Amino acid sequence: MSTTETLTPAVPYRQREFHAFESEGTQFVYLVPSGAIFALDKIGLEILDRIKEVSPTREELVRFLLELGYQPGEINTALMELEHSEVIQRGDVVAEKPRLPGKTFPLQRVVLNITNQCNLACTYCYEYSEDKISKTEGKPKYMTSSVAEASIDMLIKESGDRPSIHVTFFGGETLLNFPMLRSSLDYAKRKCAEVGKHVEFSLTTNATLLTEQVVDFLAEHKVGVTVSIDGNRELNDKMRVFADGRGSYDVIVPRIKMLLERHKTNSIGARVTLSSGVSHVRRIYEHLTKEIGFYAVGFSPATAKPNRLYSIGETKMGNVLEGFEDLAWEYRDWAIAGRHHGFTNVNDTLKELHSGISKAYPCGAGLGLLGVGTAGDINLCHRFVDSDVGQMGHVQKGGVDHAARDEFLNTHHIGARYDCHTCWARPVCAGGCYHEAFIHYGDTSAATLHYCDWIRGWNDLCLRIYGEISLRNPSFLDRFSEN
Amino acid sequence: MHSMKPINRKARSVEAAVIAATGDVQALQQRGGEGKVYYPMGCTLNFTPGWEVDVSGGTAGLCQPVERDLFDCHLGCGWPAQVPDHLNNAPDWTDKCASAANDWRKVDIVFP
Repeated sequence: MSTTETLTPAVPYRQREFHAFESEGTQFVYLVPSGAIFALDKIGLEILDRIKEVSPTREELVRFLLELGYQPGEINTALMELEHSEVIQRGDVVAEKPRLPGKTFPLQRVVLNITNQCNLACTYCYEYSEDKISKTEGKPKYMTSSVAEASIDMLIKESGDRPSIHVTFFGGETLLNFPMLRSSLDYAKRKCAEVGKHVEFSLTTNATLLTEQVVDFLAEHKVGVTVSIDGNRELNDKMRVFADGRGSYDVIVPRIKMLLERHKTNSIGARVTLSSGVSHVRRIYEHLTKEIGFYAVGFSPATAKPNRLYSIGETKMGNVLEGFEDLAWEYRDWAIAGRHHGFTNVNDTLKELHSGISKAYPCGAGLGLLGVGTAGDINLCHRFVDSDVGQMGHVQKGGVDHAARDEFLNTHHIGARYDCHTCWARPVCAGGCYHEAFIHYGDTSAATLHYCDWIRGWNDLCLRIYGEISLRNPSFLDRFSEN
Repeated sequence: MHSMKPINRKARSVEAAVIAATGDVQALQQRGGEGKVYYPMGCTLNFTPGWEVDVSGGTAGLCQPVERDLFDCHLGCGWPAQVPDHLNNAPDWTDKCASAANDWRKVDIVFP
């Protein structure tokens, strides 16, 4: 036995967690859980392939690389870089337990459900459909300004040293309570000016109640607007109907065009809910951008139990991924040409991949965001408002229930989601939407396993697109660095 | 990095950490860039001899004997100063030197 062997036990190299992908002939690795993306050169690839094939010791690996013609110096550097970046390691890989975030995570946003009433009766709506979980009996139909103001005070108090906070107005149909929205927006601005914080606003609307006065107010106060619309008349009116079954398309389109014409001070996006009859991604996208003039369009499947008629189902979700892929490649072409493309699903994912996000939680619910119901009850997010699940206090009766919030955060951390521990997509997914999990499995802490393949497919696609843009037009990615 | 190129922001943070953990020691002059000599602010503004240049960028007033390198250098700045092991073997070596600026001649010479 040589001296070297005596001093260094023959520990085999192992690959650590990463997702390898290729773009334009270049090999990349997406490291898990860090979320770092590296392009590998030839020696890096040789090393990874060799480790995958035979798990060699360092001596065996070095000998193999020397035989391929690499110099000792470059072999040493490559191994050192791969080891320190946690792409490979000597000895068995033992997953590190993710750490819990600090207890004092400051609040950044409240979503105020300022009414639980709606003038539409969309079949799939999670607030009114068969899968409804909110219990609005005995709760006021409209939030009063005193409740809204208490919510804003709570946000300011709980936001700690954050310089900027955000108030989202939500419903029901948000604009049914426009007078109160107006007064609470003014209140938030006044209070934030007093304490030296910046405040931003956004709302979601079905567009039926947009008037010039309303739009001018939104434009004046730079309120970001998300409009729910599902495509052209035929597609939109399948689900988005008035209580008498009449479609909403003809009512909303002229109003949306007026909104896009008059409101230029913040982003206005379309939000499409995909369901069993509405899964024509490109057709919808083209209609909303070209015919109506939206700058950005985002898609999301309806949250529903699988046996609901409007549930999108596995086959249709396959079609949706195809449709997404088709639009995503178009996004890539436009990005390489330096042009804006309005498919926000790609844009949002690329932004997360660019920063290298590694999420402890799937979203900000309960962490930086809380929902408030019309009566002032605080809940996990707007989707759980007024339900029995995720209750976290009352804005006028003691504010945030920190014990409940901590309990929720401890039990929903990625470290507690065992299904996710071997998945390479967990830095961006972290287990999926709590509401989606609750509707499917009756448990907010369950991972949304019915979407796993879909999410991995989507993130792999976006990684390949990201890699290609990084090679062919890297300056395009600078826009994702602005925060 | 040579064998892998950082692409996203997180990868650049990883790269910085890797370089910090594995990078070679560099001579002070190598970090100046654009023909400028680099010497750290702070140390040379105080009386801390042993640097390659003094506060004016010159070399005339430098402390010559390696025994006079003070522990500011190797503790505060990571400079490989020639100081005794003052934790274990020579805990009293600066006892007579209350102020380095005035008493540096009183620093003991420690023989191994």
